[in-house]
This record gives sequence, C-alpha cells and structure tokens, in this order.
Amino acid sequence: MQKTALYKALGLAFGALLLTACANNDMEEGAGAAMTATSQQVDEANDSATSGVKNASLQGETLASDAAKAAQQALLDVTTFYFEFDQSTIQNASKAALSAHAQFLDANPSARVVLEGHADERGTPEYNLALGERRAISVRRYLMANGADADQVKVVSFGEERPAATGHTESSWTKNRRVEIKYQSR
Amino acid sequence: MVTRVILIITLFFAQWVQAELVIEVTQGRQSAIPVTVVPFEWTGALALPEDVSGIINNDLGNSGYFRTLDRGLMLSQPHRVEDIAYADWRRLKQDFIVLGHISAEEGGYAIEFYVVDVHQQIQLVHHRVKGEATQLRDLAHYISDFIFKRLTGIPGVFSTKMVYVTTNKERSRFNLNFADADGAREQLIFRSKHPILSPAWSPDGKRVAYVSFENGRSEIYFQELETGNREKVISFDGSNSAPSFSPDGTRLAFVYSNMGNPDIYVMDLNTREVKRHTTHYGIDTEPQWMVDGRHILFTSSRAGGPQIYKLDTKDDSVERVTFDGRYNARARITADGRKMVFVHGIGDSFHIASQDMESGRVRILSKDTNLDESPSVAPNGSMVIYAATENDRSILAAVSVDGEVKFRLPSRYGDVREPAWSPILN
Repeated sequence: MQKTALYKALGLAFGALLLTACANNDMEEGAGAAMTATSQQVDEANDSATSGVKNASLQGETLASDAAKAAQQALLDVTTFYFEFDQSTIQNASKAALSAHAQFLDANPSARVVLEGHADERGTPEYNLALGERRAISVRRYLMANGADADQVKVVSFGEERPAATGHTESSWTKNRRVEIKYQSR
Repeated sequence: MVTRVILIITLFFAQWVQAELVIEVTQGRQSAIPVTVVPFEWTGALALPEDVSGIINNDLGNSGYFRTLDRGLMLSQPHRVEDIAYADWRRLKQDFIVLGHISAEEGGYAIEFYVVDVHQQIQLVHHRVKGEATQLRDLAHYISDFIFKRLTGIPGVFSTKMVYVTTNKERSRFNLNFADADGAREQLIFRSKHPILSPAWSPDGKRVAYVSFENGRSEIYFQELETGNREKVISFDGSNSAPSFSPDGTRLAFVYSNMGNPDIYVMDLNTREVKRHTTHYGIDTEPQWMVDGRHILFTSSRAGGPQIYKLDTKDDSVERVTFDGRYNARARITADGRKMVFVHGIGDSFHIASQDMESGRVRILSKDTNLDESPSVAPNGSMVIYAATENDRSILAAVSVDGEVKFRLPSRYGDVREPAWSPILN
C-alpha cells in the first residue's frame, strides 16, 4: 500500500520530467520554425526576429509548471505514512510526500491539517495511545521543519482503536502503524 | 406513558445488550476440592425465576478451587442435615455438601443453607439470608461468597461486578458495559460512536472513570453507576488518558500529554489541583497506584521499549521494576501488594505475566491465548481477567494469579475489551 503509493508518486514525478523534456524539445523545434518563419519575414520587412522566440519560451515554461504541479499533486495525494513496530521515526520513503504537504501548507497559510496517529493492536491500548501520538508528533515536526506553521498542524492519537485493517497478522499490522494527514481546510 | 417510554428505551438498547458473556472453564486446579451443591428445596406453587443452587454450583465450579458434582450423579437430594446419608456421599468421594431451602418472605425470599463436612460428619455452616424478589441471583452469589470464604479462607468475589468495552468489527460503535463477575446481567451504561478506553473503578465501587473520544480527542470522564450521571473531569488541551484512583479514592493518577510528551499527573479530587510527577521525554503512561497510596507503577519507554517503573509521589524518584524481556507494560497489583500482573511481550506474542514484588520472579500466566492485554485483578487477588484475541475477535479470558485455573468469557457478538474488575462491594 505504502510502496504502491510511493511508486505512483515517483512514476508521476518521473513522467512529469519526461513531459518537461519533451515539451522543451517541442519548444526548441517550434522556436526553430518560428525563427525560420521570421527569417523569411526578415527578407520582406527587415528586423522583427526576436518576438517569436519569446512567445515559444513562455509556452515552454507553462507546460513545465503544469507537470510539476501534477507531480506535486501526486505527492499530496499520499496522506498515510507508515512506521515500524514501537517506533515513531519517519521512514525515508515518507519524506518526499511529507515535504510536499509542508510546502503546500507553507504556500497556503489558511490550510489546516489534523494528524491522526495510530498503532497496531500489539501491546497495550494505553501505551499504543501514547505511541500513536508520538508518531503524529514526529510528522508534525517534519512538516514544521519544512515550512508548515505550528498553528496549521494539530495532532490526535487513536492508539489501536481505529485500525485500517482488522486482521491479526503482520500484513494488517503494517497498515495500522500509521499517521494520516486529514485536511480540515485547504 | 412513562411505562411506554421505558419500554421503548429498553427495546432500543436491547440491540446493544446482546453481547452477554458465558463462562467456559478451560483449566481447573489439580487440587480442586470435591463439593456437591444439592438443589435447594422450594415448595412454592410457581417455579423460581432463577436456579439458586445452580448458580452457586457454577460459581464454585468456575472458581477452579472446587470440583462440583453433576445433579444426575447424586444418590439422594437432602434439604436438611438430619436427612444426610453420609455413606452415599463418601462413596461419591465428596468432601463437602451444601444444602438448603428457600421460602417466600414478605416481598422476597429467605434462604437457609448448610455446609457439611462429609468425613467428619459435622455442620460447618448454618446461615440464613433474605432478599427482595428481584435479588435471587444476588442471594445466590452471596451464598457462594460465604461458602468460598469458609472453605478456602479467601474472600469470595462472586458478588463483584465488572465493566468492559464492546465494539463492532468496523469500530463504529463502542459500548461501556456493566455485568456480574460471571458475565450475567450485562447492562449498557454508556455508548458512543467514538472509542472508549481505560475504564477504572473508584475504590468505593460507586463510580467508574474512563477515557472517551466523543469530542474528537481523549478526555477523562467520571460516571456515577447508580444515576448514570457523567462528569468531564480532565480535558486539558492535548491528550488525557489512563485514569487510576488512589486506594483511598481521594486522588486520580492520569496521563496528560501536550504535543507528544505523555507524563504522569495526579489530581486531588477534592481541590481539583493537579501536580505533574514525571518529566521524562519518553512515553510515561498506565499509572496504577500501589496499595500504600504513595507509590505508582507506570509504563515508560525511557529505556527504549516499554518497561514498568515505580514512582514515589513524595519525591518523584523513579525505580525500574521489570527487566525480563523487551516489552513489559500495564502493571496491576494484587490487593495484598505482593504480586504485580502485566503484559509481557516475547517476539510477536503478548501474554499476561506476574512478578513477585519481593523476589522479582516472573511467571507467564496465559500461554494459550494471544495478543493479551488489559489485565485487571480480582479484588481478592485470586484471578486476573484480561482481553485476548481468539479466532479473529477479542474475548475476555481469566487466569488465576498462580496460573492454575483458566476460563474464558466469550461474547456471542463483537469484540470485548478493556475489562475492569470491581472492588468488593458492600
């Protein structure tokens, strides 16, 4: 689940880069064509060659920016972050998407999130309540270090009370040791 | 009109009340004492609403201390001491027999009962007790307590109660239930769409404290059992959890965390003043008062994984108590203060263990259930009730503090969690 989401994000980001690259090629070709066209014009009316190039470069930038947005959006679509047993350390795999959320919060000061911390069912309910909070706090710290404001990020822990998967094996537990970002306003 | 409203409420709650628990003894004591509970005499025209001697028979048998005799195997069913044929009972290898008779009294019943030693042919107990018409079950548990105390020297806990949480698979309903210690007469006392956690009894048995998420975060409530009145007692900004009453009932230990640093606090329930007792950056949680009313056992991650520590509330000094294994949490203590029971993790398994407070010797009590949590000790220190996972759902199970007696209390529906055994109620 976690990996799929990450690959999706990476895939989209990579796709966006390819798109940007293609767009740049297109732009150069277009610019070349414009140059040719303007150079033809030069023959008739003398000297107006640079404006066509400017237009093409503006278009290129627009395309690149959309792609980056898509990549950013793909990262923002990742809202669940996973943890190891009895740990509240943020995994490397979570960092790209968390940074995207932090940047979004930075760019949108009115946006508010609640971080819901959860634990798997192993161990005791009260310790797990504290552990879930620890995890949410880790995420909060990461968001704040990357641009989010303290006022934008609240935490709540549900411990082991609200599992995402109800099985009693590692495959369920992996899904339950998590922090979910819930946007209250964007 | 009033009757109709009550009826509607009863029907409405009936759906929530279907989780009734039924005891199944899975392991008894090798040295269990053979005892026969002869069906009590009742000469009334109508059958009694409860099988009093049957309840006594189950109480004694389920305790693990006694091995009871099936009615079908009894050679005779005397109701008075002079009618006992001792040779018959010796042939059946019985040590004690319980007999009695029930009579109608103004507005209720009176029960006169005897306990007789088969070998010495002497009457150990001759006692009479009266109760209202609705109290037949209470009368039966009273008699069980009386016999248990007389024959084992340990106070019986058959008249005690428990509270526990039940939930559905989707975790969209949470019920706080109240029932007899044998699982009978379950009543819903609070229900919510949000998690309910950590129920704890006040020492006088009049109210319970618990954590409720009804406002989107964990807050501590008190609920009076008789009136059902609730009071939000602790709701500081952040997370409030794990209430524990001091033995004298004047203080409440709890956990408060503001932004990820859960620590142990104590509230004076008269002045409502709060004092913080731990300041470590690790997780500190699950406080439990020791019998001296001064020390508190709690779980801390200060050494990495969870371990149990002892806090002196006079000077806030802390001492580590558990050293065996990497996961030890949620300590509870027997009424005599001699044994601690807790959750002990080994690999992926979590079991209930006991530790002798003096020698430090650890013993695993529950090896045949898994993912065990939330141990609660009977007020006489004999049994521990806890939540375990079985066939994909949570059930309650119990084990004696010496590990010899085991029983389960599976519910027919849903998951049962977080049991809390009441004090002995008078």
